[in-house]
Amino acid sequence: MKKATRSTPQEQTSLAVSSPARWCGYWRGIRSQYPNLAAFVLLAGMLALLPVILRNNYQISVLNFIGLNTIVTVGLALLMGYAGQVSLGQAVFYGLGGYGAGIIAQRTGIPPFAAILGAAVVTGLIALLIGIPLLRLRGHYLAVATLGLNVIFLLIATNETDLTGGPNGLAMPGDLSLGTFIFDTDLEFYVLIWLAALAILALSLNIVNSRIGRALRAIHSSEIAAETLGVNTAHLKVQVLVLSAVYASVAGSLYAYWIGIVSPSDFSISFSIELVVMVAIGGLASIWGAIFGAAVVTLLTEFLRNLLPQLLSGASGEHQIVAFGVILVVIMVLMPEGVADKFFIRATGSLKRIRAWRKRQ
Amino acid sequence: MTPDQIFQLLIAGVTIGSIYALIALGFVVIHNVTGVINLAQGEFAMLGALLAITFTSETALFNRAFTVNLNLPLLLAIVLATLLVMGVGALVYVIVIRLSRTDSVIVQIIITIGIAIALRGVALIVWGTDPYRLPSFSEGPPLQIGTAVLTRQDIWVIGSAFALMLLLYLFFQRTMIGKSLRACSVNRTAARLMGINVSHMMLLAFVLSAGLGALAGIVIAPKTFMGYEAGTYLGLKGFVAAIVIGGLSDERGAIVGGLMLGILEILAAGLISSGYKDAIAFIVLIAVLLVQTTGILRRGTPSQGAGV
Repeated sequence: MKKATRSTPQEQTSLAVSSPARWCGYWRGIRSQYPNLAAFVLLAGMLALLPVILRNNYQISVLNFIGLNTIVTVGLALLMGYAGQVSLGQAVFYGLGGYGAGIIAQRTGIPPFAAILGAAVVTGLIALLIGIPLLRLRGHYLAVATLGLNVIFLLIATNETDLTGGPNGLAMPGDLSLGTFIFDTDLEFYVLIWLAALAILALSLNIVNSRIGRALRAIHSSEIAAETLGVNTAHLKVQVLVLSAVYASVAGSLYAYWIGIVSPSDFSISFSIELVVMVAIGGLASIWGAIFGAAVVTLLTEFLRNLLPQLLSGASGEHQIVAFGVILVVIMVLMPEGVADKFFIRATGSLKRIRAWRKRQ
Repeated sequence: MTPDQIFQLLIAGVTIGSIYALIALGFVVIHNVTGVINLAQGEFAMLGALLAITFTSETALFNRAFTVNLNLPLLLAIVLATLLVMGVGALVYVIVIRLSRTDSVIVQIIITIGIAIALRGVALIVWGTDPYRLPSFSEGPPLQIGTAVLTRQDIWVIGSAFALMLLLYLFFQRTMIGKSLRACSVNRTAARLMGINVSHMMLLAFVLSAGLGALAGIVIAPKTFMGYEAGTYLGLKGFVAAIVIGGLSDERGAIVGGLMLGILEILAAGLISSGYKDAIAFIVLIAVLLVQTTGILRRGTPSQGAGV
C-alpha cells in the first residue's frame, strides 16, 4: 500500500483548495493542473510533428498501435492503479469493441461511427453486468476471474461461427467513413486514433485530479477506511470498470476498422497480460506512466522483432519471446514501482530543486 | 448416453483431473509457504514432459540443427527430467524471492508471468513448434471394466498421482522438514523465531512444486501431445483447481478441485459440446466465486485488500 501514499506536488495543491474566495480556489485548481497541461500540450505537439518526420508507413502503424494500447492502458491504470482492481481480461473489452462494431455495422447497416458508439454502449453494459458481481472479489480472485472471462470470450469468438466468423475472423463490413470522407490510410487512422487517445487522456487526467480520483486512491489504500469516510466503494469500482471497458471498446473498434478484420487471436490472454505489463511498467497509479508503458512495450516488441535477427544470425520470432520475458522480469525485479514512476519522481524532484533555487535568488 | 459411456467419461475425467490436482498442489505449496502465486507452474509440466521425451527417444533440437538420441531408460529419464525442472524451480525462487524482494502481489505475479513467457520461448527455441509424445510407460492391452476401457497409461497417471499425493501427505505430516514447511505457512515470523530457516523452506517449496509439476507433465505426456505451449492451459486449470475449493491455501481442496474439474470438463465435453471444454473450468470458477468469494472450503475473513 506504499504506492497510494505517494503524492505528487500537483496533487497536494489540488487537495488544498480551500481559500476563502471561491474564484481564488478555482484559480488554484487550474494552476495545480499546470504540469499536466504542459505535458499534454507537449505530447500533442510531438504527435503533430511526428508524421512530418516519419514518412514511413511502418513507423506510422507502430505509432497507431501505441495509440490504441494507450487508450486501453489509461483505462486499465484507472482500474488497477487507482481503484486497485486487477483485471487480467481487458482484452475482452477490446475484443467486444472490435467484434461489436463489426457485428452491429453488418447486421444493421448503420454508419461506422454509430456502430463504434453502439459497441461502446454494449461493452459498457456488459462490463456493468460483469462488474457488479465480480468486483466483490478481491486480489487474485478477481485476477483469475477476469482471466477466466478472457478464456470464455475467446471460445465464444472461436465457436459461434455464425456471429463472429469463427477462427478465420470477422471482416469489417465496410470502410470507416465520416460523411463522404473515408479513412483508409495509416496516416488518417493515426490522426483519428491519437485524437481519441488525447481526448481520453484529458478526460482521465481530469478524473484523477477530481474528487472521484481522490476517492479512488482512498479505495486503493484501504477499502474499509474509504467506506467509513463516505465513499461508495462498490459504485465507484463498477463505474471505473465500465469506464475502462468503454475505453478499451473504442480502441478495439478503431483497431478493427484500421486492420479491416478481427480474429480471436487478436484478443488472447497474452494480450491481456501485455496490457497489465504496460501499466505495471508505467508504475500502476499513473496516467502518464500508462502511456509510457504502452509506448515502451509496443516499441520493445517491434524493436526485438527487427533487431534480434540482425544481432543473432538465424534468430527469429522465437528469440523475441525469450527476450521479452527476460526484459520484463529484469524491469520488474529492478524497478517494482515501474520505470516511469522512478523517472517522474526524479523529474518532479529536480523541478522542486529548481523552484527552491529560484526562490533563494 | 448409457451408464457405461458415462463411466468411461468418468475414467477420463479422473485421469486428467489427477494431473490438474498435482499442478494445483504445486500452486498451493508455493503460495502457502511464500505467499507468491507462481504462474509459471504450467511451464514446469511442459518442461518436464519435453525433457523426458528428449532423454528417451530421438529428438531433433534447435530447429533441426542437431539430433539427440540418448535412449535412456524411462525411469532414469524421468528422474533426470524432474531434477532438471527442480533446478528451474530453484531459479524461479532466486528471481522471485531473493532478487526481487518486493511484497506487492501484482509485481510478483508479473515476474512469474515474465518467467513463464521466457521459459515458453526457450522451449520454442529448443524444441520448435512440433508436438511430441512420450511412449506409454508399459505395453499391453487395455483393461476392460464392463464395457469401459482403462488404458495402461490411465492407470499409470492415476496411480502415480495418488502415490505422489500420499508421499506428500506423509512428508508434510511425518517428517521434520515437512512440519517446518507447514509451520512457515501458518506463520513465517513465528517459524523463524522457532529456529526454522524460512528462506531454505521457501526454496524447498519452489523445488517441490517444480518437481510435482514436472512429474504431472511427464505422466500425462503419453496421453496428449506436448509442445512448448502445452503448459499454459495446464497451468491455468491447475490454478483454477487450486483456488476454487481451497482458496489457494488448502492441499486437500486442491486435490478435490483438480479431480472435480477434470471430471466436469470431460463430462461437459462428452455431453454438451467439446468446443467449450476449456471454458468449463472458468465457468465453474466464476460461479463458485460468486457464491463464496473465497473458495468453497475457506472460512473466515477474506484476505485484506488487493495487495497491489
